[in-house]
Amino acid sequence: MLNGVGREVPDNVKAFVKSDDFKNQKRSLIDKKKKQSKTVFFDELKLLFDELNISSKMTLSFHHHLRNGDKVIELVSEEVQRRNLTDMHFAPSSIFPSYKKLGELIKNGNVTDIHTNYLNGEVADLISKGFLQGKLIMNTHGGRARAIESGDLPIDVAFIACPTVDKIGNGHGAIGKSACGTLGYCISDLEYAKKVVLVTDNVIDELKEHQINSEYVDYVLVVDSIGESSGIVSGTTEITKDPIGLKIAKDCANLLDYLGLIKNDFSMQTGAGKTSLAVVKFVEEIMKRNNIVGSFASGGITKAYVDMLEAGLFKNLFDVQCFDLDAVNSFAKNKNHIAMSASEYGNPFEKNPICDKLDFVVLGATEIDLDFNVNVTTDSMGNLIGGSGGHADIAYGADVTIIISPLIKSRIPIIKQKVTTVTTPGTDVDILITERGIAINPLRKDLLDKLKNSPFPIYSIKDLLDLTYKITGVPKQIIPDDKIIGYVEYRDGTIIDCLRKINYESK
Amino acid sequence: MFRSLLFIPGNNPSMLQNADVFLADAIIIDLEDAISIKEKDNARNLVHNYLTTSSVLPKQIVLRVNSIDTVWFKKDLDLLKTNKINYLLIPKVDSKTMIEVNEYLDAFLLNNNLDEIKIIALVETARGVTEIDKFAENKRLCAILLGAEDLTNDLEIKRTETNQEIFYARSKVIYACAANKLIAIDTPFTNINDLLGLEKDSDFSNSLGMKARACIHPNQLETVNRIYSPSNEEINWALEVFKAHQANPNVGAFQLKGKMIDKPIIERAKKIIEKAKLFNLM
Repeated sequence: MLNGVGREVPDNVKAFVKSDDFKNQKRSLIDKKKKQSKTVFFDELKLLFDELNISSKMTLSFHHHLRNGDKVIELVSEEVQRRNLTDMHFAPSSIFPSYKKLGELIKNGNVTDIHTNYLNGEVADLISKGFLQGKLIMNTHGGRARAIESGDLPIDVAFIACPTVDKIGNGHGAIGKSACGTLGYCISDLEYAKKVVLVTDNVIDELKEHQINSEYVDYVLVVDSIGESSGIVSGTTEITKDPIGLKIAKDCANLLDYLGLIKNDFSMQTGAGKTSLAVVKFVEEIMKRNNIVGSFASGGITKAYVDMLEAGLFKNLFDVQCFDLDAVNSFAKNKNHIAMSASEYGNPFEKNPICDKLDFVVLGATEIDLDFNVNVTTDSMGNLIGGSGGHADIAYGADVTIIISPLIKSRIPIIKQKVTTVTTPGTDVDILITERGIAINPLRKDLLDKLKNSPFPIYSIKDLLDLTYKITGVPKQIIPDDKIIGYVEYRDGTIIDCLRKINYESK
Repeated sequence: MFRSLLFIPGNNPSMLQNADVFLADAIIIDLEDAISIKEKDNARNLVHNYLTTSSVLPKQIVLRVNSIDTVWFKKDLDLLKTNKINYLLIPKVDSKTMIEVNEYLDAFLLNNNLDEIKIIALVETARGVTEIDKFAENKRLCAILLGAEDLTNDLEIKRTETNQEIFYARSKVIYACAANKLIAIDTPFTNINDLLGLEKDSDFSNSLGMKARACIHPNQLETVNRIYSPSNEEINWALEVFKAHQANPNVGAFQLKGKMIDKPIIERAKKIIEKAKLFNLM
């Protein structure tokens, strides 16, 4: 059947209808876990596996706050491999290139199903080629929290990397040699997994403040190291030097200013890439010039936002994940730098999630189509290269959603007749800013009216596509393989698109 | 007419592909200093393909060829056959090279049945500066660009951010251009991260009489365009003068707000209006 964005999905799945369809549904909650006894400390994973009776077909979850420096998922993967457990279901909130062992587990059939929000590197390549025997489910950050709390994603054991743990099992992310800052992505795992293990390399007597409440923690596993610090805070802190990126960023900031969106008490979120950081810099200049103080910035937080908080340009930062060391330090010392859980960030059923309070968001895209649907999950050949993360969550919540991208990336047009994979529905995307022009979603008549006599080069998205074709020619159409390897799950749990195996014939 | 000209290396496909996107009044495609000896032929081929296949070329294209005493000069000139180049930027111009270039171009254009081509002279040697009055009258010449980096090398002096060391050369270029109705184009400001420095130096250069500036990074274009454009105040003044002149077409001199207006002032007002129209400032 065709779903709400016109994609063919199997009849046996819950098809996407529209982005606000969750309003017609009730919030579904399983019971939060209740711990029966004191937290037990282990220093050997083997013994802990025995204690937990971890066996084939179980679901193990992880968070990705240690990013490309994470050692916890590799450690657990090694033990799964050693025991030759099979048909395991892994649910890491994201998957990074350093997760090599997980790749082996997929190839050997130890892990057959995966739930995640984002993936790239070797694991992504293997799944794209069809090595995962079961299915890959890619949900959003808010959607993952919803899936866990509702029981759609039941977790047997949550392995939560935690930079510091005290003797009763409370945890904190911003202290210790492997400090990563906030721990927003694992809160649902903590509260709803059947068993919770904090994995740490730093045990102290007592935490005065904690992010992880020992009330939910069954076990603590103490290891030598939970992560490589160089990989943990691996976010970029430099703005782009690419002239095209800078032009797009400047046009974006000027457009925001023209639309009156940079005003007192406004709120914003951007991606963490170099061009997004340039947008932040140009917005900052406008704020300083006009004496504007914003309400908050949110998301994965970088030094750029920390500097603005410290300069008094924002009253608060709401942080689900620290991208760099400055953000980690700021979170540790500044009470206005506030942690939020993935649910508080983007769960559609949360009362007043942060994403719904955003005035505007500036996001990237791998592809965008004539209906403004955005793909950040696969490349134009169908290879898995990313995922929604919070993309679809904040695109829905923000009053104005802006996509910034060059028209052509590595000779491939970014605008398509139809995107290869729908990650974010076009109804939630308002503006596309490229180096050669700006397109406004026709659904946003208010924005079109405001920009009618503006100095900006406004085109229809079809005009921009035609212009791109003049430069690149019309690319050959890629016919996907028939085999479905997974699904892109919208934040409400419906299927917005299917993921298909790479079709080498089509190349 | 220009305010800004942006150098783009001829061997950079990404920059060439996006050359039309930037705010430059003209793009200078560089086949000379930005291209290593090993890359000369590849760059020329790339530029040829770009000029003959791109559907989004900039409005004004300047080609910086290698100097006439190199083996590449003649091959570079072959790109004129694409009919997409508006100006040639000739490096290390002095009176001798100007004569040689002209003679070669006379024959080349005739033999290939090509239209006349305008030249921008790059003055970047002590000889070029001292002989500027001799070649500034050349019929093909439309502008002179000062090249301070090579010039200070030639003078064996240090380049500084104050630009005091090029005051004489700047003045020579400006006077030669004004006397021969050419566009005086200032040397690039080389610290691409110092936009305040660029602004200050461009203000000074503009106050001396430079009419445009070459840029080496797109970030510099906004500042350069602003400084070398007539200001709103100047445009409004010019429009008032023009209007008053139209109301008194047969009067040689008249008063406007207590100030005398005569032919040179009317001519200046006309130039400002022409520039403002060309650069969409009114």
